Amino acid sequence: MILVFLDNVSGSIKKSSLEALSYGVAVAKQLGTEAQALVIGSANSDLTELGNYGVSKVHQVTGPEAFDAQAYARIVSDKSNELNASVVIFSHSLMGKALASRVSARLKAGLVTGAVALPDTSNGFVVKKSVFSGKAFANVKINTAVKAISLNPNAYTAVLGEGKAEVTTTTVSVDAKVKVVSSTKSSSDRTLTESEIVVSAGRGMKGPENWGMIEELADVLDAGLACSRPVADAHWRPHHEHVGQTGVAIAPNLYIAIGISGAIQHLAGVNRSKVIVVINKDPEAPFFKAADYGIVGDAFEVVPKLTAALKVGA
Amino acid sequence: MKILVCISKTPDTTAKIAFTDNNTKYDTNGVQWIINPYDEWYALVRAIELKEADASIALHLISVGGADAEPILRKALALGGDEAIRINIDSDDSFVIATQIAEAAKTGGYDLILTGKETIDHNGSSLGGMVAELLDLPYVSLATKLELNGTTANVTREIDGGQELNEVPTPVVISAQKGMAEARIPNMRGIMAARTKPLKVVEPVACEALTTTVSFELPPAKAGVKLVDAENVQELVRLLKEEAKAI
Ligand SMILES: Cc1cc2nc3c(=O)[nH]c(=O)nc-3n(C[C@H](O)[C@H](O)[C@H](O)COP(=O)(O)OP(=O)(O)OC[C@H]3O[C@@H](n4cnc5c(N)ncnc54)[C@H](O)[C@@H]3O)c2cc1C
Ligand SMILES: Nc1ncnc2c1ncn2[C@@H]1O[C@H](COP(=O)(O)O)[C@@H](O)[C@H]1O
Repeated sequence: MILVFLDNVSGSIKKSSLEALSYGVAVAKQLGTEAQALVIGSANSDLTELGNYGVSKVHQVTGPEAFDAQAYARIVSDKSNELNASVVIFSHSLMGKALASRVSARLKAGLVTGAVALPDTSNGFVVKKSVFSGKAFANVKINTAVKAISLNPNAYTAVLGEGKAEVTTTTVSVDAKVKVVSSTKSSSDRTLTESEIVVSAGRGMKGPENWGMIEELADVLDAGLACSRPVADAHWRPHHEHVGQTGVAIAPNLYIAIGISGAIQHLAGVNRSKVIVVINKDPEAPFFKAADYGIVGDAFEVVPKLTAALKVGA
Repeated sequence: MKILVCISKTPDTTAKIAFTDNNTKYDTNGVQWIINPYDEWYALVRAIELKEADASIALHLISVGGADAEPILRKALALGGDEAIRINIDSDDSFVIATQIAEAAKTGGYDLILTGKETIDHNGSSLGGMVAELLDLPYVSLATKLELNGTTANVTREIDGGQELNEVPTPVVISAQKGMAEARIPNMRGIMAARTKPLKVVEPVACEALTTTVSFELPPAKAGVKLVDAENVQELVRLLKEEAKAI
């Protein structure tokens, strides 16, 4: 069977985990087996609803108060052993990254992180993953009987059907070494990697005082906000918005880059976006070469017009 | 207090990505090798800052790789490490690399093991967690801040939509990202000193690779940009809706 670990962030299952769940169901079909889900901690929603994604069983394990990779890895590994899982699937999220690697080492299960497609099982078990910061893909063969995969957010679409899952809840006692002292939330629970549309701006905006129009555009599109590295370095915008080779790597359906030149290190973090729109006053800006649509013009004029046009169309 | 920083070698961020041998090997022709930015700017520089604040800290560097990893280790020593270890094996399997580092760490008695968030070539984000599991140590990933307080590490890490402050006993494995420290350039004194600092070469322990990279592919080329007149933003909205179906 296939076991899919679902990130449970303050009681809700993340979108990227639902993608992983659908991916797990598809892998199960490929291998002629079934997929089941694992949730750690208490949930705010009805877990039987996860049946809509095609799983018959949800294993809920309560006990841990907060995320501790060591404690969680034990729970996931024990469940995987108990259920005889042949593939353990995670989302390549903040939690998934910390956990998949530990589970892989614990189970001696070969791991492919950042998977972008279903495995090719025609000759062994080969998973395609993103490498060179989005500039290429590698096909990686897993040599072990038990396999582990973490799926890139936005790489596989969650498929919603109908069904009810049976939920079994067990409680374990944990000895977590990591203690949470405090936490601060900047905005929504949604991380940039999960946004389907991202509006991003660079040094062409001249200063942080001009971000109002960027935020308005993001608002009408219900988009996430990003920026280039010099913008974060100058503290015009918070660090977590910095995308690129040394920032966050994203792959939204639509990436709108405003006043960003398109340096190779910037492109490395965004070139897996499905559609790229570039707004830049310099027709020679390298970003146009990586774009699908472009407007050569002054952002200070184009962006408010675009926001207005979108409002009319909405 | 002993700190171990894991240093990997990656192609320069502007390096051309191409493959040879029927797309099975990365074409290293003309590639400039650098210290993986996350390892250098964040993990290593933070470790150096900690050592500057407490001279009793011993700062060791480790890299798993062939002889061509040595210039990278020398540069890291020039920035401020005390001594370096190179485990003499080239592998693209994270588990093999993690096993070597865990083996070295077992005898080293490190209180803190730092890695970068991920390598910019393999994009694994997996080595730190594997090392932690092999040593049965706690792991805090994607840290943006790190303070030491006796045998406690106060680590700020990225969570969905924010930050969380964790308190964790040492020994601990931590992966570092932006926010930890600011990039530094080695100075002449550091570069001179690095020449005589110890760089120990250790043979690997036997370990079966759990994965094998069979081939590489480049993403399909873009069709080319469609330019829309700045006076006609409605047309862009239409294209995004009807043609690209992106909104
Ligand atoms: C090792 C390394 C790693 C790096 N990692 C990253 C990374 O992860 N992410 C990243 O972003 N960068 C990264 N960089 C930096 C990168 O090389 C570029 O310097 C950076 O991306 C440039 O940011 P920018 O496009 O905002 O600024 P600029 O290059 O200054 O470009 C500004 C653009 O705005 C346009 N513009 C100006 N005014 C207007 C206007 N009124 N209307 C419209 N357009 C206007 C200009 O034509 C120009 O194209 C890295 C660099 C190195 C060396
Ligand atoms: N060959 C290596 N030798 C030493 N450290 C490494 C090696 N490969 C990866 N690392 C460390 O592990 C981190 C994560 O790597 P990865 O899991 O490959 O993304 C890197 O930022 C390095 O700190």
